[in-house]
Amino acid sequence: MARKRKTVEIVNDANENAILNKETEGLSQGQIVLRRFVRHRAAMISVVVLFTLITVVYTSLDWRIGDKDDPFIIPGWWKYGFEDMPDLRYGDDCVGGSLGCPSIDMVPFLDGDGTSLGPHPFGQDDIGRDYLALVMRGAQRSLLVMFIIGAIAATLGTVIGSIAGYYRGWVDAILMRLVDFIITVPVIIIGSVIGFHFGNKGAAFLALLLGLFVWTGLSRLVRGEFLTLREREFVDASRVAGASNRRIIFKHILPNAVGVIIVSVTLLMSGAILLETALSYLGFGVTSPDVSLGLLISTYQDAFTTRPWLFWYPGLFIIVIALCINFIGDGLRDAFDPRQRRRLSRKEKATARAMRNRSEVA
Amino acid sequence: MFAYILRRLGALVVILFGSSFLLYNLSAISTDPLGELRLSDAPNKDQLILNLTRELRLDLPPPLRYFIWLRGVLGIFAGRADFGLTREQEPVLEAIMGAIPTTIRLVAVATLVAIVLGIALGITSALRQYSRFDYGMTFFAFLLFSLPIFWVAVLLKQYLAIDFNDFLVSAKISPPWIIGFSIVAGFFWAAIISGSRRQVVLIFSGVFVANSIFLSAISATEWLSYPRLGPIAILVIGVGIAVGVTYLSVGLSDRNALKTTLLMALVGTISYFPAQPILSSDRPRLGILLLFIALLIVSVSGALLFARVDRGPIIRTSVITSVFIGIFILIDRMMQAWRPYVESDDVNYRPVATIGQSTIWLSEVSFWVRVLDFAMHLILPTLALTLISFAGYIRFSRGTLLDVLNQDYIRTARAKGLTERTVIMRHAFRNTMIPLTTIMVGDIAGIVGGAIITERVFAWQGMGTLFNKAINSFDLNLLMGVILFLSTLAILANLVADLLYSVLDPRIRVGAGK
Repeated sequence: MARKRKTVEIVNDANENAILNKETEGLSQGQIVLRRFVRHRAAMISVVVLFTLITVVYTSLDWRIGDKDDPFIIPGWWKYGFEDMPDLRYGDDCVGGSLGCPSIDMVPFLDGDGTSLGPHPFGQDDIGRDYLALVMRGAQRSLLVMFIIGAIAATLGTVIGSIAGYYRGWVDAILMRLVDFIITVPVIIIGSVIGFHFGNKGAAFLALLLGLFVWTGLSRLVRGEFLTLREREFVDASRVAGASNRRIIFKHILPNAVGVIIVSVTLLMSGAILLETALSYLGFGVTSPDVSLGLLISTYQDAFTTRPWLFWYPGLFIIVIALCINFIGDGLRDAFDPRQRRRLSRKEKATARAMRNRSEVA
Repeated sequence: MFAYILRRLGALVVILFGSSFLLYNLSAISTDPLGELRLSDAPNKDQLILNLTRELRLDLPPPLRYFIWLRGVLGIFAGRADFGLTREQEPVLEAIMGAIPTTIRLVAVATLVAIVLGIALGITSALRQYSRFDYGMTFFAFLLFSLPIFWVAVLLKQYLAIDFNDFLVSAKISPPWIIGFSIVAGFFWAAIISGSRRQVVLIFSGVFVANSIFLSAISATEWLSYPRLGPIAILVIGVGIAVGVTYLSVGLSDRNALKTTLLMALVGTISYFPAQPILSSDRPRLGILLLFIALLIVSVSGALLFARVDRGPIIRTSVITSVFIGIFILIDRMMQAWRPYVESDDVNYRPVATIGQSTIWLSEVSFWVRVLDFAMHLILPTLALTLISFAGYIRFSRGTLLDVLNQDYIRTARAKGLTERTVIMRHAFRNTMIPLTTIMVGDIAGIVGGAIITERVFAWQGMGTLFNKAINSFDLNLLMGVILFLSTLAILANLVADLLYSVLDPRIRVGAGK
């Protein structure tokens, strides 16, 4: 009886494989990866959430372009800027008589009359600045830092890793010792040293410098990938055909290593946003008068018992951004992993069973 | 092997030289210790600037200052290292040595808890791949990955310290909380054990009822205000540990092992009585040592008595059981110090501490009250660090175990008819531990670095505080001391990880092929 079930399972397995193989017939590698990624539900939700969030965050505040006194203004959808100081609401205006309370009302019937934003959805800070505007500004800075760090680390890590892995020998030795120099000191330490000295020069500059120190892990991964790929037959073949080193690196090896790179850059970016907020929290990151999510939490952490919204909203934004990026990274890893097998839906399992029955009848 | 270690240590010196040169100059060029003085309007401003310049050798260019500093540090080979003085004229070495124990205490407990819990959850998650529990754990791990530690810390301070202390005054668990906890516990165990729908419902309701009764009893007896285990609870816990450890280690079908561990549970309960006066004497550390030596002797001889064949695994099982029971006896002794601790003026019924590493003025009290004080200060930072770091262990152990379970030798082990427990615990789990061990060791330096934030949030006086102080007061000597310590730790940890890998996995030979 047990043996019978085992055979059935194996037959089923073969049929399921056939179903899976049929799906990928005639598709390029890129199309297969895209398909697998689109199927990853958590990752797709994260993509939608993240893009919505980015759009909302970057369109909320006025953009001031050009010189300071007479800027060209692209209006945002939110009425306050992060430097405006409207009147502080307190006393009877607020529930419980607290200072600068949030006026957002998302759940009808529970409290208030229905869904409405009110004058200050996320409340106000000590001096009356609108907290929604502050959080939006903070999220803009944090996202900016994240993307700059990601871009620089991806470029440096890929270039240095591929050169070291492809050329080997003394080039490899020198580059990898450089990696050793940087990797021995924890990132948060280097980040603090940099942030303390250059934090006042603006978020973008800070991100630029941080990016110069976080590419090391990626370059090791890329190097390892190159070391194995360069020994493969297709590389030999293209070399025999007379391809230049540059062509081999960019046309033959790099496309095969792109999965590893994309996945680790995504994870690096979720680390970057946490690094930025941690540095700002320690006081070594973005500094006042500019705003970042970590700085907001650091400033108002003591207000948690009396005015918890000053603490909840920036934290919520950090978590949502980092969570989305982590899930996207996970989805990408699954999509690029050739061993990854999708779980069949109930309907497809039934089809596999039907195929077995048909073969048994035959 | 020896040549390999020597070569790696040589590389360590070179790397330390490079990275310290890089960071020294980076921080020296970009700081201006005189900046504050220049802006001041003190009458003797010029004199002050001159003094500071002479004190910090600011007249020399940074690379030159680096080599002066390096000369002092290199004295380490001549037997007297000179890491310079801090701005408060204290030797850097002393400052760091004073800070290390605090940081180690913080990091060690958190890492240990994170490793044990993370691996346990990760492995359960892998064994239940694609179940609701697995998806739940994946989401949980990603959520923890995305949490900023300082944010979690503030939440913990509010809900686990302030609110929990308020709750401890009455220590009555209200019915909604009992029901809520029991539902969560029911879901958790039902998801882990799983099975057919009927089994799941049975497990859920069983856990729900048991948990509700348990919590109601705790609430009714005010156990949280007067915590105590006592011999009966020790016996019950001991039997539970005995059965659990035997099941995981050699399987319940091994009657000899089961007999040995049950004997240990009994011996542990009996030793509870003589242990009390020994532990309460004025030399408690010696008492702890004696207790554990006695338990170990009994466990080994008990195993030899019962087991005729296959003695090794049974001795191991019995030793593990007795160590766990010993730990519970110590926990019971610590709980006895609860009332004196809570009622003391300094604590004043607020036992869960939010800041500092100990209540400093608790010096004239008994050993156990001080231990309890340390423990209560450890809870929050440890929890925060654990929450952040164990997500990695969940993901990693899950991934590794799934990889291992796909290997041919696992199929062979199953094919030759070994029980599922043997396959998982002996063949799969041990091979999962190889990459895990190296990851753990390699992580140590990063965790110490990450403790900087935790120390800041909870106002501990460790390496992180030193580092913060060094940066904010332009104290280059102190800064370099901390960085040098951390990078040495990182490199040594990496070396140990590589060596461990070759010890654990004989297929890998270090130093070969170069």
